Amino acid sequence: MAESLPGNTPELTVSELASALKRTVEDRFGLVRVRGEISNYRGPHSSGHVYFSIKDQTARLDAVIWKGVFSRLRTKPEEGLEIIATGKITTFPGKSSYQIVIEAIEPAGVGALMALLDERRRRLAAEGLFDAGRKQLLPFLPRAIGVVTSPTGAVIRDILHRIRERFPRDVLVWPVRVQGETAAAEVAAAIQGFNALAADGRIRRPDVLIVARGGGSLEDLWAFNEEIVVRAAAASMIPLISAIGHETDTTLIDFAADLRAPTPTGAAEKVVPVRVDLVAQHAELGRRLASGQVRLMETRRTALRSLARVLPAPDALLGQRRQAVDAAGSDLHKDMRDFLARRRDRLNRLDSLLARHAPQAELQKARGRLNAATRDLLRQGATIASARAETLKKLDRSFGVAFRNRATRGREEIANGSERLVALHLRLAPALARLVASRRERLDGAARDLRRIATFGVERRNEALGMLDRRFATARANRVQRAREHIGNRRTALAALEMRLAPAAARFLVRRGDALAAQAQILSSLGYKNVLARGYALVRDEAGAPLRNAGVVAPGQRLRIEFVDGRIAVTADGEAAPARSPKAPVRAKGGGGQGSLF
Amino acid sequence: MTDEQSIADMPFEQAMKLLEEIVAKLERGDISLEDSIAAYERGELLKTRCEGLLKQAEARIEKIKLGADGKPVGATPLDIE
Repeated sequence: MAESLPGNTPELTVSELASALKRTVEDRFGLVRVRGEISNYRGPHSSGHVYFSIKDQTARLDAVIWKGVFSRLRTKPEEGLEIIATGKITTFPGKSSYQIVIEAIEPAGVGALMALLDERRRRLAAEGLFDAGRKQLLPFLPRAIGVVTSPTGAVIRDILHRIRERFPRDVLVWPVRVQGETAAAEVAAAIQGFNALAADGRIRRPDVLIVARGGGSLEDLWAFNEEIVVRAAAASMIPLISAIGHETDTTLIDFAADLRAPTPTGAAEKVVPVRVDLVAQHAELGRRLASGQVRLMETRRTALRSLARVLPAPDALLGQRRQAVDAAGSDLHKDMRDFLARRRDRLNRLDSLLARHAPQAELQKARGRLNAATRDLLRQGATIASARAETLKKLDRSFGVAFRNRATRGREEIANGSERLVALHLRLAPALARLVASRRERLDGAARDLRRIATFGVERRNEALGMLDRRFATARANRVQRAREHIGNRRTALAALEMRLAPAAARFLVRRGDALAAQAQILSSLGYKNVLARGYALVRDEAGAPLRNAGVVAPGQRLRIEFVDGRIAVTADGEAAPARSPKAPVRAKGGGGQGSLF
Repeated sequence: MTDEQSIADMPFEQAMKLLEEIVAKLERGDISLEDSIAAYERGELLKTRCEGLLKQAEARIEKIKLGADGKPVGATPLDIE
């Protein structure tokens, strides 16, 4: 029927149409459940209402949640969350649009919930709420057990039954709703409430908590995934066992609990030991305690008896020792004798050793050395004196031969000799004194050593030493006196010799002088000098050779003429020239010169 | 605190553990005779303590009564059977 005549169709205003549509839509879609993904979600508006869209692959539906509804929602809308929204469709005539007014939201399907759960678990784990280090140990045998669960139903019955079966304990139930919008807050408050009880208050504070719920769907157990519950469990100071759902169900409180039980019954088994087992174990321990003590005594007694049996008779123990004593006794005498003999030998050896080092012996040695030194000294003195005498003799002997040259040196030598003799004499006494002093020092040293070597008999030795010292001093004085006398004698002899030397030399000189004068007299009477005295002169050439005739003299030759009173140098002019008065330098010729010997 | 007093307050688990240790020591026999007598006496005390704890098997089942503010105001016996 393609007929569309205006006359046949009633004419409507836009508002009429819009309200007709609104009525139709709201009647037809008064309550719908629609599934889709939340899109364009921006959080609550400032008015508190919430606007977003629900979409699928091809369509989009505007959605609104009024403020009052939003605050009650268990599942809050999140961008991209797949939900099933429950509400009614209404139109918005002003914009020619329709929308859903949402009454409730539930996550669409297990996948979406699991994603939400996983995200929350990661976040809380990152906070450290699930750390193994936070876990508390359960008491072995609690006095009181706190249970957070519904007071009705199979769960609490199972728990109480199993506890009674194993080990009856006080149980305190904190009734909560385990499902529904308020469940999470109630469970969290119960955990905190148990913790807040005073340890010695009117209501006994439990030693352990069980948070339990029976099996159900993921949504049914959702309260135990809520953050408020998880945080309360993690913060509990009382050890907490979680027992939510069946073994395969895992909720977030399981991660935060100190122990996760697979089921409520399992929690009861974890929380108390089996009493009859303990009784049996205890009885066994009691029995072992008694029998252990008895057996211990018995073994000690047996050991004592067997030890007493093997304890040897006193005679058997002593017999051998006694025999050994006898044998040792018979050996004792001989051993003692040998021992004494050995000691005596050793004493004798030491004695002779001591005697060798006796002070008398040491002094004897020292005295011997002193005498030898003195003898050496005297011998050297005698040698020196005789050598001097010998020298004097030799000087005396050779005097005549070397008189002129050595008379002076001889005198000097004599003087030196005398000086050295004097010096020697001067050195003799100090040398002797030094020698004596060093000897005495060595003697003193020897005496000191001896004093150290043997403290006994010190006085006697000191006495002997003193005496020896005195004797030595006397002997030394004598020696010195004798040496001094000897030297004095020698000096006297030397002086006498010296005194005789000068007159002898003088006499000798006079005698020689006289002889010389006589000879000189003869010589002068025979010599050419007398001829010269008579007025003659002797002509010599330059070399001093006498010229006997004029023929050998060349004109211009230098000549020397000797007169009785001197010589002059002349130059020959030629033959028979008249004589001129000599004016050449006349030099007195010192004759002889032997007179200057003295 | 004397030994007897400490045993009287001792938790079951600890008392049981000490009793086990004493029994083991007596059974091994590595203990002097005098010490063994003292240990035996202590073992008897621990045994008595454990027996006492095992006999305390009464089970009081109560339910927390909550006030208007959600705080516990008391406890009443819970009968679920």
